[in-house]
Amino acid sequence: MDWDIIIEYAPRLLDGAWLTFKLILLSGTIGALLAVPLAFGRISESYWVRSIPYAYIFFFRGTPLLVQIFLVYYGLAQFEFVRDSALWPWLRQPWWCAIITFSLHTAAYIAEILRGALQNIPKGEVEACLTLGMSRLTMYRKVLLPRAFGMMIPAYGNEVILMLKGSALASTITLLDLTGMARTIIARTYTPVEIFFAAGVFYLAISMLIMLLFSWFERRYNAHQRPVM
Amino acid sequence: MVLADFADQLLAGTWMTVQLAVTSLFFGTILGLLGAGARLSSLLPLRLIGGFYTTVIRGIPELLVVLMIYFGASVVLMGVASQFGYDEYIEINPFTAGVIALSLTFGGYATEVFRGAFQAIPEGQRESAQSLGMTSSRTLHKVILPQVWRYALPGLGNLFLILLKDTALVSVIGLEDLMRKTTAAVGFTREPFTFYLAAAFIYLGLTVISMVAIHSMERKSNRGLEVA
Repeated sequence: MDWDIIIEYAPRLLDGAWLTFKLILLSGTIGALLAVPLAFGRISESYWVRSIPYAYIFFFRGTPLLVQIFLVYYGLAQFEFVRDSALWPWLRQPWWCAIITFSLHTAAYIAEILRGALQNIPKGEVEACLTLGMSRLTMYRKVLLPRAFGMMIPAYGNEVILMLKGSALASTITLLDLTGMARTIIARTYTPVEIFFAAGVFYLAISMLIMLLFSWFERRYNAHQRPVM
Repeated sequence: MVLADFADQLLAGTWMTVQLAVTSLFFGTILGLLGAGARLSSLLPLRLIGGFYTTVIRGIPELLVVLMIYFGASVVLMGVASQFGYDEYIEINPFTAGVIALSLTFGGYATEVFRGAFQAIPEGQRESAQSLGMTSSRTLHKVILPQVWRYALPGLGNLFLILLKDTALVSVIGLEDLMRKTTAAVGFTREPFTFYLAAAFIYLGLTVISMVAIHSMERKSNRGLEVA
């Protein structure tokens, strides 16, 4: 093991880690926002409203992320109307393709987590809101959604870690994220053992950080559930 | 229809994907059982090794594991071989590298599934087997393992669905699986959307078939039990 090479290239790997971090932060946020309407559609009483998010979630959870990212990055260029559209300057950049794919992908998973949380809220709380004369909107805004967010924090933390691991696929569409940077360095130095080891350590450190962040967040957010003593 | 011209290629790729998934499932399950055994062991070093394995493998991207095995393992192997005076170039073929990487990943998660399943079996059952005079290996074989299977099956089923999708990553190191065959077809036809969408639906089909199989296995493993 040649430690010098790791030290020499650590700053470049750190650059890659920063890109990885930006990828998961941005797509994690967009994905969470997309997940809210998906989850509500999923628990709708109307069969037709329910079936659309169901098909969406089934597709994004049932196919490999690699296929999805290639569909967006290479696939969209097949259509002339996409190439002629005003969005093309963005859609042809690997960065935005990765953001779009990861957001759509993680939204499907978060929607299922949110749905599970919403359906696990005790019925009595819904009844209590209705008895107090709350409108449906107030009930969701003030009671049910905050409750569901509290319940889904651990599962959401897991999903963010899965997203972190999935973000390595950005390297297949030429982005220099942590994995992409490692591959570029190795192509020059031919020291796969050292550089992949270092990249692995970076990933482990980021997942530990995410776990810590979420356990802190859960303690804060669910403080009312903490035992008194 | 261009898609039809490549049907045999896509089929060959699908077959490779299935072989890769099933082989990795086999070795991954063995790794998972060994990992769970280590984590539940009374020996501290074994517990530490088991914990280290699942923590590391679950925190590193699957793609990085695949690349590490493919590019890293041959360097390590060559280093070991040169100690014995063998200086030729050693290359691991993509299938072997894929099986190793995916088994390691599957095994890391399966370790936790099996550990949970072992712990879900009430201690009283072990004690009653003991008081009936059963040896511990017989208890394991006749009482514990059949139930571990039942508790572990839903978790293992989910892991297999993830494994199935992760096989696509092995195309990055050149295995002629469904994903790589699709990319080759895209190169010929310049119709990326059509072909990647077709590949997506083949993966969906494989997922559905696996879900049906898992469901029927779960039903079979729960026979004789009153389950809601």
